[in-house]
Amino acid sequence: MRRTVAALLRKELLVELRTLESVPGMSLFAVTTFVVFHFALNQNSVSGDEAAGILWVTLLFAAMLGVNRLFVADQDQGGFDAFLLAPVDRSAMLLAKALALLAYLIVLELVAVPAFGLLLLGPSLSQALPDLLVVLLLADLGIAVIGTLVAALAVRTRARDLLGALLALPLLVPVVIGGARATSPLLGLTHAASPPIRWLLTLGLYDLVFGLIAYAVFDFLLED
Amino acid sequence: MLAIAPALPLHEAGKYVAGAYVVLFAIVLIYVAIMAVRLSRIERELGDLLKRSERSTEAQSPPPERESTLA
Amino acid sequence: MYGRGLRTLSITTVAVMAIALGLVFFYAPLEAEQGFLQKIFYVHVPLAIVALCGFVAGGLMAIQHLRTRDPRWDMRSYVAIHMSLIFAVATLITGSIWAKGSWGHWWVWSEPTLVSFLIVFLLYATYQPLRFAIEDPERQGRYASVFAILAGAFVPLNFLAVRLSTEYLHPRVLGSSSNLPAKMQLTFLVSLLGIALLYLTLCKYELTAKHTRAQLRALRRRLAGESVEGAAPRGRSAAPHLALSPSASASTPRSA
Repeated sequence: MRRTVAALLRKELLVELRTLESVPGMSLFAVTTFVVFHFALNQNSVSGDEAAGILWVTLLFAAMLGVNRLFVADQDQGGFDAFLLAPVDRSAMLLAKALALLAYLIVLELVAVPAFGLLLLGPSLSQALPDLLVVLLLADLGIAVIGTLVAALAVRTRARDLLGALLALPLLVPVVIGGARATSPLLGLTHAASPPIRWLLTLGLYDLVFGLIAYAVFDFLLED
Repeated sequence: MLAIAPALPLHEAGKYVAGAYVVLFAIVLIYVAIMAVRLSRIERELGDLLKRSERSTEAQSPPPERESTLA
Repeated sequence: MYGRGLRTLSITTVAVMAIALGLVFFYAPLEAEQGFLQKIFYVHVPLAIVALCGFVAGGLMAIQHLRTRDPRWDMRSYVAIHMSLIFAVATLITGSIWAKGSWGHWWVWSEPTLVSFLIVFLLYATYQPLRFAIEDPERQGRYASVFAILAGAFVPLNFLAVRLSTEYLHPRVLGSSSNLPAKMQLTFLVSLLGIALLYLTLCKYELTAKHTRAQLRALRRRLAGESVEGAAPRGRSAAPHLALSPSASASTPRSA
């Protein structure tokens, strides 16, 4: 199982490195969105709730771009069939794809968060950074799990891009709630307070529950 | 619990309460209407099939008796 | 047979709802702060509870469908979710009416039940389009079940998250169902029972109707085998269909 996941993950990352389909687009989208927000809000700098909101909305929508592309190559080029023929545990694909999406999200954030700090954020990021990284990681896990599941669901349907976002966004509302509420004190105007533990727990619970469900349910998506 | 909003006078509140219960009523009635449409369609189709089976020259088993639950 | 017991169920529903209405308007005392407006509580909260349970039940039935591959479970899951969606809309509308009466606004973000329902509604509103977007009936049922399980697990988590996020903004405006005086509690329970029975009746009604149509189609196919005018080809549909006669059976059950 582990070798299968490693092999699949390697393939995903190699393909992404060679084609650069998802990650540059996602990152560029995030930075552009920050610019749009500047004009839309008519603000030079934001902090607190506002900042958390802008950051999370942008990350979420950028993630949607990645989610939409996650299984497209497999669907269009017969990757599913090839995988199904191999005598391996099908959940390996779930793990590999989710880990790949997680990797894309991390790279996205490596670009987006500094850009946000540069362009829009009032207070400095340096104090908040370790806690922020924890929150981002927890949220990314949730986005990766749900994103992979929804991508697998949507890719075989007719309106795949539309349906993917429509399915994922409501499902990810708890992640937005947890992420934004946890981030907001970190981006406070005067000083960076630590995030309330309840939001970290909420994110963790979400990741756990949906991780387990995803694992149980993914096989059924791959049957044909 | 703190009183956050003043209690509306009866005739004012009555409109809202009535509205809420009308919503419930409306669901049921709309559903009855939808079912009525379906029922008439089923009736028409059954009649159609009955005629067709009568027309057919070979001996056929009659359409299955719908188990009457509203005897 | 789905229709069996439908008569008893519907009569019971009518009786309980009549009693509930009587209790609401003639027995339950007027509430201190909100006055007559509070009576909406007896229709809004039961609708909410029943809708939520319906969504979760839809998820459980979907699990059964994936385990047994019996299309009847898919049908039940579909109907449960469909009906819960309607009840969820009713919850939103009655909640909105209540909010307008209490606050003067048609929508309030400070009421966690309403907000959670909005999100849940937005999620389940994609159920039908998802089904419709998949043509192969077996895959449609399978994917829909996966969605139903996902969404069913989402409902309680969502409630938790929204509750947590609104707690510090305002105290609950629209009231909770605990600390009620005994008379109100009784009225509430009877109302809850009435709405739950209504839900079950409508679901059973729906299942019976679908089953009847499926029987009709099977009959039509049978007869069409012996005459020139064949049965109309099955168009695309979002609803699960039951294959009734062996010759028309679309898929053989797979081993789990």
